[in-house]
Amino acid sequence: MQPSSINAGTAAPISTTQRRRPPRNREALVGWLFLVPEFVGVAVFGLFPLLFSLFLSFCDWNMVGGLSAIHYSGLDNFKAMLHDSKVIAGLKNNVLYTLYTVPISMALALLAAVIIHSKVYFQSYFKVTFFIPYISSIIALSAVWSALFHPSLGPVNRLLTAIGVANPPKWLADTHYSLTSIIIIMIWAGIGYQIIIFLAGLSNIPQDLYEAADIDGANERQKFIRITLPLLGPTISFLVITLIMSSFKVFDPIAFLTQGGPNQSSTVLVYRIYEEGFQNFRMGYASAISWLLFLIVACVTFLTWKIQNKTTHY
Amino acid sequence: MGVFSLLFLIPLFWMVSTSAKVEKDVMVFPIQWIPQQWNWVGNFKTVWMSKVPFALFYFNSLKLAILSTLITLFISAMAAYAFTKLEFKGRDTAFGVLLAFMIIPPEATLVPRYILMKWFHLIDSHAGIVIMNMFAVYFTFLLRQFMLGINQEYMEAAKIDGSGYVRSFLQIILPLSKPILATVAIIKFIWTWNDYQGPLIFIFNQKLYPITLGMQMFKDQYADNYAVMMMASLSAIIPLVIVFIVMQRQVINGITLGGVKG
Repeated sequence: MQPSSINAGTAAPISTTQRRRPPRNREALVGWLFLVPEFVGVAVFGLFPLLFSLFLSFCDWNMVGGLSAIHYSGLDNFKAMLHDSKVIAGLKNNVLYTLYTVPISMALALLAAVIIHSKVYFQSYFKVTFFIPYISSIIALSAVWSALFHPSLGPVNRLLTAIGVANPPKWLADTHYSLTSIIIIMIWAGIGYQIIIFLAGLSNIPQDLYEAADIDGANERQKFIRITLPLLGPTISFLVITLIMSSFKVFDPIAFLTQGGPNQSSTVLVYRIYEEGFQNFRMGYASAISWLLFLIVACVTFLTWKIQNKTTHY
Repeated sequence: MGVFSLLFLIPLFWMVSTSAKVEKDVMVFPIQWIPQQWNWVGNFKTVWMSKVPFALFYFNSLKLAILSTLITLFISAMAAYAFTKLEFKGRDTAFGVLLAFMIIPPEATLVPRYILMKWFHLIDSHAGIVIMNMFAVYFTFLLRQFMLGINQEYMEAAKIDGSGYVRSFLQIILPLSKPILATVAIIKFIWTWNDYQGPLIFIFNQKLYPITLGMQMFKDQYADNYAVMMMASLSAIIPLVIVFIVMQRQVINGITLGGVKG
C-alpha cells in the first residue's frame, strides 16, 4: 500500500496561500476525472447489464416490439429451468467438465513444472513450447483437433485401431465422448498457463529449505510433500479458482465444433445462453440462465476466497 | 521432458505438415510428416485468394486488435495513474469497488449487452466491439501494481517544475511504465485477436468478420478439405506465435504477474 500521509504532508503547504484553488482539491478532481472512463465503462458494460439481466430474468421478452413488450412473468423462467432438460444437461456438463479439467490439468501442470524447474538449461524453451497453444486462437486449434478426431480417417483413431482398439470412439460426433473430446482439447490448450504459474511459484520457494531437508536426509518424495506442496498452497488455490471459473465459462470450442451436440451431450450453460438468447430470442429465459451462471461463479469465488484466507497465513 | 514437449506439439506439427499437402494425402496413415506432393502454394492461394475473403478478415482482426489494445491501454493507464500517483479521499475504496467488478463474468451479461448495443446502434459494427473491449479491470490492476513501484519523487519533481497532472502522466509516468505497457499491450492484442464469442454475437456482416469468424466460414465451405483448413488455421496462429516468440519474456512475465498476485 501507498504511504499516503507522508506524501500529502510534503506537497500541500506551498501553494495553499495562492489564489488558485488549493491543490488538494485539484488533485482530487484530476484523480476522479482520470477514473471516469474506466468506471463509466465498467458501470455501462458490467454493472448495468448484470442488473438489467436480473430484471429480465423475471420477464418474458423476445426483443420484438421494444421495451413495452416486456411482460413480467414472475418466477416462470426459473421454474422452467428446473424442468428444462437442456439446461440441466448444460449444468451437468459444466460440472463434469470442471471435475475432470481441474484435477487433471493441475496434476499434469505441476508434474511438468517440477521437472522443468529442476532443469538448468532449456527452461525458457520448455516454457515457450507449452505456452504456444495457450496464446493461439482456440478456434484455429479446434479446427486442427476436429481433423485429428475425425471418426474414421483421423490420425487419432487410426493410431488407436493400429494398436488394437477395435471400436474407437467417434470423439466429437459421439454422444459419450463429445464432452471428453472438448476436455482433452481444452486441457491441452490451457496447460501452458498453469505450468507458467507453477514455475513462478516454484521459483519463489527458498532453496535453503531443500538444503536443510537434504541435511536431515529427506528423500525427493518427502521434500515434495513436506516443502513443495505446502509452499505452493497460494499458487494452487489461485489456479483452482481460475480454472473453475474458466470451466464454467467454456464456450468457444463447443460453439465451433459441436454446437452442444450430438444430442446435448456437450452443451454447457454459456452455450444455452447463446442459443436461447440469440437463436430463440428468449431474452428473459437467457437472462435467467445468465444469473444461474453468475451465481455459480460468484459462489465459487467467494468459497475459494474463504478457504484461501483460512489456509494461508500472512 | 524434451521428447514429451515434442509430443505435446504434435497437433501443431500436423497442422503445419497438412497445410502443405494435397487433400488425398492428408488422412494417409501412418502420417507422412514430410508431404509427398507439395501443395503449399496451392493451399495458400485457396485460403488467401479465393471465395472466402481471408485477407479482409485478417485486416479486420488487425484493426480490432490494434484499436482495442491502444484504447484499453490508455484508459487503464489513466485509472492506474490516479490510483497510484494522485492522493485523494476515497481512492483506495474506489479501487476495491473496481476490483469487485472483476467477478462479473462477461458471458453472464451477453443478453443485456446485446440490448444495450442495439440501443446505441452499435450492433454489427467494429466500433461496438472495440467499445466493449475498452475496459479491462485486470489490466488496470496490473498497471497499478507496476506504478506503485515508481518512485513518488518523480511526481514531486514534476510539481516543482510546474508540470500539471496531465503532463506528468503523459511525459513522466507513461514513459516510465513502458515495460508493463508493452506486456499489457501484447496480452490484450492476443486476446482480442483470438476473440470468437464477441464477434459471433455482435457481428453479422461478413465484410466485418474477424479471422475467428472467418475460420467458421472455412469450416462450412471446405468441410472436407483439411489441407485448406489447416492452412487457414496456420495463417490465424502464425503471427501471434512469432510475436510471442520475439516477446516471450514480456508475455510470460505479464501472465505470471497477474497470476501470482491473484
